[in-house]
Amino acid sequence: MDFMSNPLNVVTFFPLIGVLLLLFVNKENKVLIRWISLLTALATFGLSLWLLSQFQPANPNLQLTINESWIQVANWNISYYMGVDGLSILLVLLTAFLTPIALLSTWSAIEEREKDFNIFFLLLEAGMLGVFMAQDLFLFYIFWEFTLVPMYFLIGIWGGPQRIYASIKFFLYTMAGSLLMLLAILWLGIHQGTFAVPDLIRMGGIPAETQIWLFLAFAIAFAIKVPMWPLHSWLPDAHVQAPTAGSVILAGVLLKMGTYGFIRFNLPLFPKAAIHFAPMMAGLAVVGIIYGAIVSYYQQDIKKLVAYSSISHLGFVMLGLFALNSQGIQGGILQMINHGLSTGALFLLVGMVYEQTHTRDFDVYGGLWKIMPVYGSIMLVVTLSSMGLPGLNGFVGEFTILLGAFGSEAIGSPWFAGLSAIGVILAAVYMLYMYQKIFLGPTGSIVETVKEHGHALRDLSAREIITVAPLLIFIFWIGLYPKPFFELIAPAVDNLVAILQAAMH
Amino acid sequence: MNFSEAATSGLFFHLAPWLVFFPVIGLLINMIFGGKMSEKAVGTVASLASGAAFVVSVLLAYSLNAVHGELQTVPFAEWIHIGQLQLDWTFRVDSLSTVMMLVVSGVGTLIHIYAIGYMHEDVRFHDEVKRFRRFFVFLNLFIAMMMILVSGDSYLMLFVGWEGVGLCSFLLIGFWYDFDTLGRKSTANAEAGKKAFIANRVGDFGFLLAIFTTFWHFGTLQFDGVFEAAAAHPDPYVISAITLFMLIGVTGKSAQVPLYVWLPDAMAGPTPVSALIHAATMVTAGVYLVVRSAPLYSVVHSASYIVAMIGAVTALFAATIAVGQYDIKKVLAYSTISQLGFMVAAVGTGAYVAGIFHLAAHAFFKALLFLSAGSVILGMERGHHHLAHGHGDHADADAHHEDGEVFDPGDMRNMGNLRKQMPVTFWLYLAGTLALAGIFPFAGFWSKDEILLDAKLHAEHFPGVYWLLAIAAFLTAFYMGRQIWMVFYGKERTEVAKHAQESPPIMTVPLMFLAFLAVFGGALNLPFEGFHNLGHWLEYTIGHVEDLPLNLGVAGVSTLLALLAIFLSWLIYGKNPIKAGQPDPLKKALGPIFTGMENKWFVDEGYKAVVLDPFQKLAKFLSITLDWNFWHDWFHESVIYGFFKWLAAFLSDPVDMGIINAVADWLADLTKRSSESLRRLQNGFVRSYALSVLLGVVAILGYLLFK
Repeated sequence: MDFMSNPLNVVTFFPLIGVLLLLFVNKENKVLIRWISLLTALATFGLSLWLLSQFQPANPNLQLTINESWIQVANWNISYYMGVDGLSILLVLLTAFLTPIALLSTWSAIEEREKDFNIFFLLLEAGMLGVFMAQDLFLFYIFWEFTLVPMYFLIGIWGGPQRIYASIKFFLYTMAGSLLMLLAILWLGIHQGTFAVPDLIRMGGIPAETQIWLFLAFAIAFAIKVPMWPLHSWLPDAHVQAPTAGSVILAGVLLKMGTYGFIRFNLPLFPKAAIHFAPMMAGLAVVGIIYGAIVSYYQQDIKKLVAYSSISHLGFVMLGLFALNSQGIQGGILQMINHGLSTGALFLLVGMVYEQTHTRDFDVYGGLWKIMPVYGSIMLVVTLSSMGLPGLNGFVGEFTILLGAFGSEAIGSPWFAGLSAIGVILAAVYMLYMYQKIFLGPTGSIVETVKEHGHALRDLSAREIITVAPLLIFIFWIGLYPKPFFELIAPAVDNLVAILQAAMH
Repeated sequence: MNFSEAATSGLFFHLAPWLVFFPVIGLLINMIFGGKMSEKAVGTVASLASGAAFVVSVLLAYSLNAVHGELQTVPFAEWIHIGQLQLDWTFRVDSLSTVMMLVVSGVGTLIHIYAIGYMHEDVRFHDEVKRFRRFFVFLNLFIAMMMILVSGDSYLMLFVGWEGVGLCSFLLIGFWYDFDTLGRKSTANAEAGKKAFIANRVGDFGFLLAIFTTFWHFGTLQFDGVFEAAAAHPDPYVISAITLFMLIGVTGKSAQVPLYVWLPDAMAGPTPVSALIHAATMVTAGVYLVVRSAPLYSVVHSASYIVAMIGAVTALFAATIAVGQYDIKKVLAYSTISQLGFMVAAVGTGAYVAGIFHLAAHAFFKALLFLSAGSVILGMERGHHHLAHGHGDHADADAHHEDGEVFDPGDMRNMGNLRKQMPVTFWLYLAGTLALAGIFPFAGFWSKDEILLDAKLHAEHFPGVYWLLAIAAFLTAFYMGRQIWMVFYGKERTEVAKHAQESPPIMTVPLMFLAFLAVFGGALNLPFEGFHNLGHWLEYTIGHVEDLPLNLGVAGVSTLLALLAIFLSWLIYGKNPIKAGQPDPLKKALGPIFTGMENKWFVDEGYKAVVLDPFQKLAKFLSITLDWNFWHDWFHESVIYGFFKWLAAFLSDPVDMGIINAVADWLADLTKRSSESLRRLQNGFVRSYALSVLLGVVAILGYLLFK
């Protein structure tokens, strides 16, 4: 296939066209800037659907691949290798889907230096798409690190009062983890003679002891990104300080890069180590689920609550992945998408009320359902989705994960899943706490405070409803009829499970 | 699955999904167009939607009868298929599910109609007209979820409905989320809703574990598949685990010891909700689940004995609390817990028919009682309203300052002699009371007697159950007698009671239907040759059922106990009616025991001390001390950041002077020119630390590569 017309390249680099256009726009022309970046993101999403239309769900292998020799120095064989399969296709779609939504939310939230903001955002999108498509370890690492930069600036320039601290912390933690991964990548690439992931998987033959070290080097990088307990302390800062759109992308996509890394590299490249570490990873996941849930409950800041809830939710994803069976892994992948939708929506919605009130302190809220009925109803659906109510998306993911983990041979004990199921109770505790604090009870003091500033709290605008509506559609769709989504995931996961099974016996 | 097929066969099984679709359509219409519709129209749409589900239920029951009760499954769509896990949206029409459908949609529709009248006044008193529509949307959603619960063909579909009705319960308990039950601004109602949801989630946790265990041992979650596998490999250890995990779910949803605590608080919801969800239908889901899982429960005796004992203990325990309550709805709430205990005890002892029989009869008379209580409360409200706005200052002051408190229209101590002002409600209430107390020939007499008889016959295997239930039955008649005397007899204890007003026909007419069922509902399953209709109907699903003839001994004892209890209540509350401000006469007689009953045996306080407070403390410790102060601040600053600083200094000092510094300066200069805030970010951090760390890596790599 021709290099420039390969769908993967087109999708990945299309956002850069928007960046180029934006460079030539006067920074005062805000309307044009907004529309250029929104249309670019929408077109990217359209192109990702075009990509989907060429994707064959039944084929378990990498598809639409492009593999060009790139850097050849001494015994380094680095190639420009892109491809998608069932493990990544949904994440590509999620990225392309969430970006325009996040951009639309900035129209009223970002008022300074919109041009720079939009440029960084589109750069970020290109980087994220590349991460999910790269099949060469070196190429992956470049995309992986590349996403750090725009996010660093998005938090550091447009964030809240503590933005500098938060952005540095974000940068520091992620980079620290990445460096170990880089070492492992280089070792692997040089030692095996190729950086191409499919080739490495095919070759196999890494001794179990070496697998353990390589596994750990990759795992630390990814575990920080997820973040897994106890490596999470950058997350509340980054989330609370990031602008709404940044939080949406951070929670929706960037964290998934961590879980995706596990499934793309750790499981198939080091299957023996994955089996060896499965109980430990599951244990950390369980602690994360319970710990994240309890800590969420005791937050005073709405965004912080949602941030900590991510630790709990991603604990479920990790538990599913390390069940190392098809229910667990498929559920884990679906739950990545679900978390992107639900938590993305939560951050959007919190941002919408924050724009009006400029506070996220629970104590001043209360009774908003009466004043903002549409907002209250939408938030209710998202809250329920996040706490895994059957019929909505979160349940399908959590249920399959827990079911998979409960009978997982690799984890070896139903206790892990049994304890995690307590997280289902705790999710109701903290999510309903949040909902009640904001929407139920007598009206809070914020209503008066806003009035004193000469406004009145208004319900969602048409633009705001349009922003969240697509998320709601998928929340119901995946909850009621997840078949098309599982069909995309299943063949590739079966392949992966077969690799793991082979290593197990 | 198409209409022409149905037309030729004359059967209607393909309509099963419409059990769910009709209520969903109803709620969608009200959600989308309801804003421009009148109250009447909104209520009518919702009632029709529920009524349509009832019609479907009737058609399904009719069709099932035509095929001699042979189980029918109606596949609708695929759901989750992963490997061995094959879950579909498939409806199940059998004799058990049709009974549940009929009860739910039948009683549900009557309550929808009643609610049109009730909510009109309720929203008036709360001064918020807009919420009328929201109420009916939730009510329709409840019917849809309940239908999924009873008609699903797998444990997971049942679970969807199970959690779905829990959601509706949460939404409707906290319907007046900005008030408490007395209409004061408060989060109390919202708290009650949350408590219900969380207590139910604790139960659901158990249910989920049961589902997982089932799947990994039997390889499916579809009912028949599970039962077949269980019959083929009746491993008592596995089946005990499954049934006991499931029992946790039952204690949550059907409000049994120890998870019942949410149900009394659930009375914060509008009265039609208490009647529909928290008495007639949702709370019986646990009973349905046990009957549905009969092939599992009947395998392991110890598990079914635990079920029976939980039910029997709950029946007695809740009945004692009901004796000490003053709120008209609280009495009924504890009574409901107690009656659910009867049902759970029945299905625990294997008396599935008796359990379902009592479930249906209870749905009739308890819905009747709750709705009549709602009529009483609104009657009192009207009196209160009348006094407050109809007369001069004196009446107003009087009405608002009963004991210097906000006036409570549901407190029985404020009532008295209401049969004079509200004669229709009185007769309805009396019918419900006699049915609940188990007086011949009302519905409760037959159904409760069947439970007692079964317990007595199986006393050998289930020791204690019969006696606990018999005492509970005695207390039931007593607290209902107490209520009748306090509410409808004696003298009016307040001005308001004197001015109470009867409810309009839209409320009383549906009650008459229910009263009819409460009186004659026993005909469902009379203990005479040829009249065991329900039993034979359920045989299609649960296998052979023994026809129990009327046992005059058991029936005689329980009737005697009930009459004795009513007589006793008359002696205490009827002969010398309580006067305004006078404490309950039982207080003197029973002393601390009555204080215990009055205070619900301090169970809520116990939970607070043992569960809630420690959880708060733990959450505070984890989030403030451990996560934030220690991990986020101290560890980050001292260890991680400190290490980076040290590393950066170590690596950069020797090299920093030369090339790196130049490159970094150039970078800093570049960003300085490009923007002010970008420069702020370049406060030496990225330059000194990040860059030099990268440099360190390059050094290590160089060593690795060229060593």
